[in-house]
Amino acid sequence: MPVKRVEKTPMPERDAVLRSHDFEEVNEGYGIAHAKFEAERCLRCQDPICIDGCPVRVPIPDFVHKIAAGDMRGAAEVLRSSNPLPAVCGRVCPQEVQCEEQCSIGIRFKPVAIGYLERFVADWEMQQAPVEITNKLDRAEKVAIIGSGPAGLVCAGELARLGYPVTIFEALHAPGGVLRYGIPEFRLPKDVLDWEIDQLRKLGVEIRCNVIIGKTIAMDELMGEMGFSAVFIGTGAGLPTFMGIPGENLNGVYSANEFLTRVNLMRANDFPNADTPVMVGKRVAVIGAGNTAMDTVRTALRVGAEQGLVVYRRSDKEMTARVEEHQHAIEEGVEFHWLTNPIEVLGDEDGWVTGLKCIRMQLGEPDASGRARPIPIKGSEFVMPVDNVVLSIGNRPNPLLLQTTKGLESNKWGCLVVRDQSSETSRDHVFAGGDAVTGAATVILAAGAGKDAASEIHADLRA
Amino acid sequence: MAKILEKRPLTPVTKLYKVDAPLIAKAAKPGQFVIVRIREGGERIPLTIADYDRNAGTLTIVVQEVGTTTMQFGELEVGEEILDLVGPLGMPLEIPVEGHIVGVGGGFGAAALLCLMRELRARGDTTTIINGAREKDLLILNEELTEICDNLELCTDDGSAGFHGFVTERLAQMIDGDAPGCPDMVVAIGPMPMMRAVAETTAAAKIPTLVSLDPLMIDGTGMCGGCRVTVNNEVKFACVDGPFFDAHLVDFEEAVRRNKMYVKQEHEAKDRSHCLKLAVGQD
Ligand SMILES: Cc1cc2nc3c(=O)[nH]c(=O)nc-3n(C[C@H](O)[C@H](O)[C@H](O)COP(=O)(O)OP(=O)(O)OC[C@H]3O[C@@H](n4cnc5c(N)ncnc54)[C@H](O)[C@@H]3O)c2cc1C
Ligand code: SF4
Ligand code: FES
Repeated sequence: MPVKRVEKTPMPERDAVLRSHDFEEVNEGYGIAHAKFEAERCLRCQDPICIDGCPVRVPIPDFVHKIAAGDMRGAAEVLRSSNPLPAVCGRVCPQEVQCEEQCSIGIRFKPVAIGYLERFVADWEMQQAPVEITNKLDRAEKVAIIGSGPAGLVCAGELARLGYPVTIFEALHAPGGVLRYGIPEFRLPKDVLDWEIDQLRKLGVEIRCNVIIGKTIAMDELMGEMGFSAVFIGTGAGLPTFMGIPGENLNGVYSANEFLTRVNLMRANDFPNADTPVMVGKRVAVIGAGNTAMDTVRTALRVGAEQGLVVYRRSDKEMTARVEEHQHAIEEGVEFHWLTNPIEVLGDEDGWVTGLKCIRMQLGEPDASGRARPIPIKGSEFVMPVDNVVLSIGNRPNPLLLQTTKGLESNKWGCLVVRDQSSETSRDHVFAGGDAVTGAATVILAAGAGKDAASEIHADLRA
Repeated sequence: MAKILEKRPLTPVTKLYKVDAPLIAKAAKPGQFVIVRIREGGERIPLTIADYDRNAGTLTIVVQEVGTTTMQFGELEVGEEILDLVGPLGMPLEIPVEGHIVGVGGGFGAAALLCLMRELRARGDTTTIINGAREKDLLILNEELTEICDNLELCTDDGSAGFHGFVTERLAQMIDGDAPGCPDMVVAIGPMPMMRAVAETTAAAKIPTLVSLDPLMIDGTGMCGGCRVTVNNEVKFACVDGPFFDAHLVDFEEAVRRNKMYVKQEHEAKDRSHCLKLAVGQD
């Protein structure tokens, strides 16, 4: 066996100082030479367990071998057949706890850079001349999709390929869900998202923005007079959680959703050319340590903050963000305050944020989530001077649809209940998937759920 | 996209629009609002649904020009399209009390009373509208309001029409027994200081009162939390839990303060669009 290289082929990245002031993508992507070189590292295992790490079971070795052989078209076909959003997932999947965690070579060395290779193939595909799309929407049954996040987009695409006329209804003025309003441009360029959405349109998928199901149109109307035979609910988990600590409504306190939406969807970084402003002072504290927190603190730097701080009550080991985002945040100068829990937001007499009062924590026994429980250290309170506080402590499913729709069962967290491992809800011909069912999770899980639901809908309509 | 079918100036800074929006008109109930965005790069702003016609599929909205977006809105003409229009948002207004219902409208707020008071009257309530403004020329929709309620009371700060004084002074007289009599319930829509004053006026007499809060909003679907207000020491999202709240439990001070969050930026944007206009005029 040839000797394998120990390290991953590094991802070309933009300089940390330069990039932290603009919204251009941080990772520049492999060239063909990088990609072939990295693909050569794959051990071609008899039993490729990397596949077990991938929620949608991408046949990883197949596409990696095709890259090594220079057959990019073939690699793209393999990838697309199992993952409908490879350009997105290659950029945002937490590979280190999925496919790459399983990789055999990773036991002794660094795993194959599966995510980087996936992105390479998808980007290569985007640059090629568009493939002629020949599908016909010749089936009689129409399907409605609620929400245009990854779950809805993928479900729509799969159904259109099966020949169903599909309409996506989206509450906001632009499609994409979290991919549009949450994940920033420097991590997922909107061109990539727009390209994916264009492919759907070419397949004949109709996208109707500015329609809220449960407000503009009732679920019963969809299935009644509007004549949809089946519905897929992919409404996500977009309801921000607050901590309930004093001072949370002071001026200068945001939810991460609001902060990111102002910039990503409303283009506050281009104010006053765009009309929506965002308020950032010199020091911005972000509470939480997931992907959303990393995106928020790095966005704050890009819209003018001098210092970004991450405040988290547990330690870096319990952090849920992708390793790469954490690394990039460190490079961009973000300060991390681990084992620190905010207890009050302080403000001046005019109601503007001046500081964040925190208490230091220590880790105790594991809690229900299996992570060490943080316990406050008595008397360790201190004040961090900051100008903004952004809460990034999680999102729950939005109750709008449930409030106005009868017969949809949900659990105590507001997540839709589906039968066993399927996407069937408690209402006939109504299916659901993605964050609306699981609570805030990942793009690939949502995409996978959309795909599974499409085949269940197909089976339901053919039954 | 929603086409503008009718445009009518009500005052120099207030305009009424009728727009083609059949889906929203069909679903709308009194008290709800829409969110509009009128150009690429534009803001999303909430506007109260003044009225709707389900058969014609039209929606009536009244826009007072106070900032960048409302000023740009004012330039839209009949036949042009509103880029994005979504709704109806918020909870429909529920009036649990029957009897004498008084709607207090300040400035453009009176517009929002149109469909609301008409429904209440149809339900059998006695309806009074107190329409107030600084001066006579700023009072809007008097004709339309007369048609849909039992008593229309006008108030102007300078006495140029109707009662000389604030809407709250007239309201206080009615609470004290002046015709048309003490209200069983009050609904106030208008500028924050006016709604706050109404809340104070009705508090002592313990008359149930609702106000329509208009915090800054982005999505209007409960996704951003920017619209949060404190009511009865609880945090609520005005876009999904409101816009109507019990006036006696609202933390007005906080609501007023939060609405001033972007004053500086708003001025900057307004100056800029003004400059752009001048610049365009020059060539
Ligand atoms: C800032 C941020 C960063 C993230 N980073 C990562 C990452 O790096 N990697 C990763 O794997 N995951 C990441 N995630 C999580 C991931 O984005 C989500 O798990 C995924 O987007 C969920 O997809 P979805 O299709 O279920 O819902 P969403 O993407 O939430 O889309 C739901 C859509 O439905 C619309 N909608 C809701 N209700 C209605 C209604 N009644 N009518 C019409 N439309 C409606 C919403 O407006 C929205 O557009 C991140 C999340 C955030 C917020
Ligand atoms: S979809 Fe995600 S988990 Fe699956 S192979 Fe691609 S990067 Fe890995
Ligand atoms: S406007 Fe965003 S939650 Fe209300």
